[in-house]
Amino acid sequence: MRHKSILATSAIVVGIVAFTACSKLLPSMIDPSEGLCGPVSMSSAQTILFSAGNNEFFRVRSSSSGLGPYFVASGCGNCHSSDNRGHPFTILTRFGQSDTTGNKFLAEGAPQLGTFCLPGYTPEAVPPGATSTQFIAPITAGVGFLEAVPDSEILNMAAANLNNPDGVRGHPNYDTIPSWATPLNGAIPRGDGKYIHRFGRKADVYNLLEQTVNAYSRDMGITSTYLPNNPSNYLDPTPSVTPSVPEVDNTTLNSTVFYVTCLQTPVQRNPNDPTVLAGNQVFVQIGCETCHKQTLTTGYSPIAALANQTFNPFTDLLVHDMGPGLDDHYTEGTAQTSEWRTTPLWGLGLAPNVQGGNTYLLHDGRAHSIEQAIELHGGEAAVSEGRFEKLSTTDRNALLTFLKSL
Amino acid sequence: MMIRTLIAVVAAVLFGCLSAQAQIDSSLLKTPEKKDTIPHSLNMDAIYNRPFLQLGKTPVSIGGYMESNWQYVKTSGITVGNQFQFRRFSLFVASTITKHIKFLSEIEYENDPTGDPGDAGGGSFEVEYAALDIEFHPLINLRGGMIVNPIGAFNQNHDGPKWEFTDRPIAMTQMLPDTWSNTGFGLYGKEYKNHWMFGYEFYLTGGFNDSIIDNTQGKTFLPAAKSSVNRFTESASGEPLYTGKLSVRHDKIGELGLSYMGGVYNTWQIEGAQVDYKRRLSVYDVDFNTTLPTHTNIITEWAWIFVHLPPNYTQEYSSRQFGGFIDVVQPVYRGRILDWNNASINLAVRGEYVDWNVGTFSSTGTRMYNDLWSIMPAISFRPTPQTVLRFNYRHERARDITGDFIGATIGTTAGFSLGLSTYF
Repeated sequence: MRHKSILATSAIVVGIVAFTACSKLLPSMIDPSEGLCGPVSMSSAQTILFSAGNNEFFRVRSSSSGLGPYFVASGCGNCHSSDNRGHPFTILTRFGQSDTTGNKFLAEGAPQLGTFCLPGYTPEAVPPGATSTQFIAPITAGVGFLEAVPDSEILNMAAANLNNPDGVRGHPNYDTIPSWATPLNGAIPRGDGKYIHRFGRKADVYNLLEQTVNAYSRDMGITSTYLPNNPSNYLDPTPSVTPSVPEVDNTTLNSTVFYVTCLQTPVQRNPNDPTVLAGNQVFVQIGCETCHKQTLTTGYSPIAALANQTFNPFTDLLVHDMGPGLDDHYTEGTAQTSEWRTTPLWGLGLAPNVQGGNTYLLHDGRAHSIEQAIELHGGEAAVSEGRFEKLSTTDRNALLTFLKSL
Repeated sequence: MMIRTLIAVVAAVLFGCLSAQAQIDSSLLKTPEKKDTIPHSLNMDAIYNRPFLQLGKTPVSIGGYMESNWQYVKTSGITVGNQFQFRRFSLFVASTITKHIKFLSEIEYENDPTGDPGDAGGGSFEVEYAALDIEFHPLINLRGGMIVNPIGAFNQNHDGPKWEFTDRPIAMTQMLPDTWSNTGFGLYGKEYKNHWMFGYEFYLTGGFNDSIIDNTQGKTFLPAAKSSVNRFTESASGEPLYTGKLSVRHDKIGELGLSYMGGVYNTWQIEGAQVDYKRRLSVYDVDFNTTLPTHTNIITEWAWIFVHLPPNYTQEYSSRQFGGFIDVVQPVYRGRILDWNNASINLAVRGEYVDWNVGTFSSTGTRMYNDLWSIMPAISFRPTPQTVLRFNYRHERARDITGDFIGATIGTTAGFSLGLSTYF
């Protein structure tokens, strides 16, 4: 009897504890400062479209749903885990263009190598004589804000570089927009009809529609109405089969574009920490801010939450000569081989979350720490990099703390 | 609020029945003193070790079980709310055709989104088992038809009413195919002496196909092959899948099972022309169950999968996987509860781990993650050994291949489930 009473009391206590602790037993929403998640503020209809795009973004494709035959990853989320940057295991290879006159190896499957192939297909390889480089997928969050920056602001940032005493000479990458793309709001074409491009490591992608269409085609081997042919492999004598129906329909593709467009920007951690604030000052003092612009402002956008917003991407969307150390002798569009678009630094401190606790920075992940990434800056960034080398330990640590807070 | 109310109701029901004595599902324990336990049985006997109803004087017996549950689960703070799920309805029909010849079939409606994500699109009615057994000698029995491959104990002994948890073990349902059955033939037998018992099984069946490394899960996923109904009539590789198991049991120690399943899985020739080279998969599994003197029941099973991948293939698909589970079930009351004379209340906990991508990235030499662990405490009430009402809490943590654990589908998952399952 005594045994039963003890057991009954214990059971009731356990029940009460479970009852009161219920909310603590279920996981809470992700704190935006811990990771990248969620959309900007939007209407119910936009939320439904965003949700559809979210499902498509993290959908995994198989050969039966159009994957391949040559591909880099089987889904967007494989290169952009949690909408973040990529991991070296999904690094992609571009080849075939060594100057601004265009890619000479399109017949050999340029500009992108199908890193992997489905069973039974011949593995692809960079053709002899073609220069190549490798790109790690950039961070996805916040790209809708970058798209909404008007050309006038980009041109103003370029104009401010003209007499920069440190030798910074960033300029926009002008190129021809695809026939199926329409100019962005506030677009300012050059006299030759070319437009400012802003996405991609070489800033040779015009907008998020082109970026998404390219990713479907080159990264996953998924055809669309815009790019209806599967990538070919010059080593495989069998002609690539073009599906009669696009492997991603326009509704689905548009939802994916809407999804990436509406992703919230990364949130800085501990922005008011004294060391972070001190590091921010050092960042400006040594000239990093000249290219890694802290604050940009969007113009008009049909999505209200993206219109006329001030945000902190740490980029000027211009291409800069980064010196011979980062010259891979490969380029895209009208950028020189040593020129790279300023990489947005937002989310920099979150990189280890999706890189196995390690750090793989710069376009091909060659830098294994933030310090190493800075030290590899040359060309227009050489003066600032020299100042970084001369920083006191306190200032250097403050700068690194600031960068890791982004 | 809904959860708290249900917890309160469950606590009241379970803790109000304190005049009872404790017991656990005897078919899992296999302790000889349980009157509904078949003496000298192994996991391999589970297919026949079920309650059947004899139909008069006919040689036909029927039986079955059902599973249904409520659950409320959140992943990274996101929930789809209260879910009411009817996961399984299974019907057994057995027949003794003549002496030493018997037949058993199992037809199942299944819609378990936690068991096999490949089937998340909807439920299905399937013939899960339909095989003829011919006994030549206790050590030599021929079994043929649609059989359940004896890879591990759970694949053999999976009926819902036998378990204290609403969810099946992740490794045994998603890493290994859940209730993996194929067309084939083989031999089995068993022998016992004093407290010792020995059993073996060996079958040749149809097998897997290329979908295990080309699927919508984006990882090596053996259950993907279940979506092909052609596997019951043709083998994708044209070669048999070999499955074998050895079991040894001591009544006072427990049962140990060692099993292997392997063979060529890909379509390597078409119309006589070789289009690929043969790629193999191998699965090794060890299972063990025992009952301690305290009546504590321990069940564990761990499996290793090795898959030969094509060259130049993405490491999203792994050549190695590892995972398993351990259940500890402690009866706390057994005896009369309300109007049930043989009722029981049990406390239980399940620990699980699955590593979908064992190994390192070729590009960096660093570890591939894509793993999860889970712990699931439970309390169950059995008015009879054949019927269970179970309340579970799951806390699970998953990482993707990069090690990222912050996301809508990865990270922390936790939730409650209240389920019932019964033989009939």
